[in-house]
Amino acid sequence: MLLAGAAGTIFPFQARGSLVARDGQIIGSNLIGQEFTSPRYFWGRPSATSPTAYNAASSSGSNLSATNKGLVQAVRERIARLHAADPTNTAPVPTDLVTASGSGLDPHITPAGAAYQVERVARVRHLDPKRIRALVEQQTEGRQLGFLGEPRVNVLRLNLALDALERS
Amino acid sequence: MSWPNLLQYAVFLLIVALLVKPTGTYLALVFEGEKTLLDPLLRPVERLLFRLFGIDATEQMDWKRYALCFTLFGLLGTLLLYSLLRFQSVLAGSSSAYLTTPLTPDLAANTAISFATTTTWQAYGGESTMTYLSQMVGLCAQNFLAGAAGLALGIAFIRGLVRQQTEMLGNFWVDIVRATLWVLLPLSLLGGIVLVWQGVPLNFDAYTPITTLEGRQQIIAQGPVAALEFIKNLGTNGGGFFNVNAAHPYENPTPLTNFLEMLAIVVLPAAFTHTFGRLIGRPKEGWVLFGVMTALFLAGLLACGWVEQTDNPRIAALVSSVSSPPSGNLEGKEIRFGIGGSVLGAIATSNGATGSYNSMHDSYLPLGGAVPLVNMLLGEIIYGGLGTGLYSIIIVQVVALFLAGLMVGSVPEYLGKRIGVAEVKLVALYTLLGPMVVLILTALAVVTAGGKAGLTTNDGFHGLTEILYAYISSFANNGQNFAGLSANSTFYNLTTSFAMIIGRYGQGVVALALAAQFAKQVRRPFTSGSLPTATVQFAGFLIATIFIVGGLSYFPVLALGPFAEHIRLSR
Repeated sequence: MLLAGAAGTIFPFQARGSLVARDGQIIGSNLIGQEFTSPRYFWGRPSATSPTAYNAASSSGSNLSATNKGLVQAVRERIARLHAADPTNTAPVPTDLVTASGSGLDPHITPAGAAYQVERVARVRHLDPKRIRALVEQQTEGRQLGFLGEPRVNVLRLNLALDALERS
Repeated sequence: MSWPNLLQYAVFLLIVALLVKPTGTYLALVFEGEKTLLDPLLRPVERLLFRLFGIDATEQMDWKRYALCFTLFGLLGTLLLYSLLRFQSVLAGSSSAYLTTPLTPDLAANTAISFATTTTWQAYGGESTMTYLSQMVGLCAQNFLAGAAGLALGIAFIRGLVRQQTEMLGNFWVDIVRATLWVLLPLSLLGGIVLVWQGVPLNFDAYTPITTLEGRQQIIAQGPVAALEFIKNLGTNGGGFFNVNAAHPYENPTPLTNFLEMLAIVVLPAAFTHTFGRLIGRPKEGWVLFGVMTALFLAGLLACGWVEQTDNPRIAALVSSVSSPPSGNLEGKEIRFGIGGSVLGAIATSNGATGSYNSMHDSYLPLGGAVPLVNMLLGEIIYGGLGTGLYSIIIVQVVALFLAGLMVGSVPEYLGKRIGVAEVKLVALYTLLGPMVVLILTALAVVTAGGKAGLTTNDGFHGLTEILYAYISSFANNGQNFAGLSANSTFYNLTTSFAMIIGRYGQGVVALALAAQFAKQVRRPFTSGSLPTATVQFAGFLIATIFIVGGLSYFPVLALGPFAEHIRLSR
């Protein structure tokens, strides 16, 4: 209780769940991933929550073992979906785009996962890939304190920036 | 492994090593009732609590009374939590529309036992089962109290080795009050605030409905997450606020929170070795134990990290490239932690008897997942549970001394206490409890319909590993799981409860009895005939003993589980 009071007054934004708004409407949380399927947006990682992907009221991983046939099948389908949205892209598919995250709510992808999707997003939005690549770079977070965790891109934030870029 | 990962591991262990002495000393002062900085603030609270519950702080307890208090305290906590969980639907306090898992009697009992034994094995998903009231009043309170009880048990065991010609091991009530007020409360307050700063929510808001960028509906679970998050690690409990535990971005939003939560798991049990060394008057004994633990911790870290950094060959074949460097086995892992932070989590939680997890161990490569499994099978001796880890490794040390005594043909002694017939009997009982309970329950599960019904996600060799993992995790009071096992069934709720009870109270009571055996004796002076334990040679012999005892018990089942699956994967 003491903690609730103290933390709520010092860090009200975080204590309420880091919710972000656009045009006065709450459209998500900085920390919680959303599902993106439109080729206009960068896609996040596959999510194994049920009954729908990115169900933030019931987090879950796939829990498929490395030898499970279902895992191979799921990866195959995800690769097919990426190729269908972007048939000309022959680059190797980054692993993070075809494997489910632990929480099913992972807000991030790797810089490689973002780079893979730049051409597609640029084509659909009729924007210069260079501008989008610069945007991805700008949205890439480095390791915390230089050695903790991995470089990553927040997909929701990147897509919000993408929309803002097009509007301007 | 990449250099930032190695650097992360090195810095982690360095911080732990630097904190061992000050923290261990502080713990010793607290339990000896000596002066500490927090006294002006906490002494009045302590006096108030003693008066409120009619505790006579000067009373000393023999091992039977201490064990009785410990068990009754656990039982009372279990019953209170059970009632709270059963009646949570009637009590106010949350958006019940999203609570889809009913708290049946067996699930409520399993959960109550689980939290009162610091196992916090979870057969349910937090955000779809528990009201805020249950989380805050029920689960959070047990996180403190059960953690404190473990610490009390550890300190009573140390007293057994320190004291001479007495049957008295201290006062259980005084010990848990001091463990809670002086150790767990201040640290979790401090830790909680840092976690909120990094993004862990702390509110009592309703689950937030939002419309996403693409126009979908998303309901975001909220809650007083930060209040639970730090203590669950500090008390080596580990039960998650959410279903996916510390993989959830609200529980563990940044690599820094991950690092801090892992430190919270490891520091107190690691520092407890120094508390031991200090109280026994031979700090070197504590450092040797710390050294052995750290060596084994590091070995697990490197082994698991090395395996997980490789690609799953079946997925690598599909993405038509072997990326360089390999991206590693990312199924079930979060990008912000990467392989390095995820593996650090797996090793810390499996060694610390904690059971929080930040990645899905079920989706690890067969040999990667075998590392946390082996850590638990070795008996939670690598830092181990709060308070309990220390006596777990000392008991292996007694086994090692006994073996060494047999080899040289002398009566073994530990710190001047003879290891006679009565002591060896207790140690043997303690050592055999694990394999007996875990292997028999595993065998039972694989041959009964109720057990096999749990294998809804994976089967074959991996299914066996899932079941073994469930029972050793329950027995070791760890609580993390291979979550593919559907554990919310009457069969698993009852059998894992049994394993948790034996692991906690069975082993705890035997440890106290052993402590009493030691306490009765005088501490004999060290002679040229006794075997020195604070040496590098003996540390090596201790590690050998750890693997001999663990290997003899579990090698066959490991061969059938992860090893067989590995061979299958690589073909």
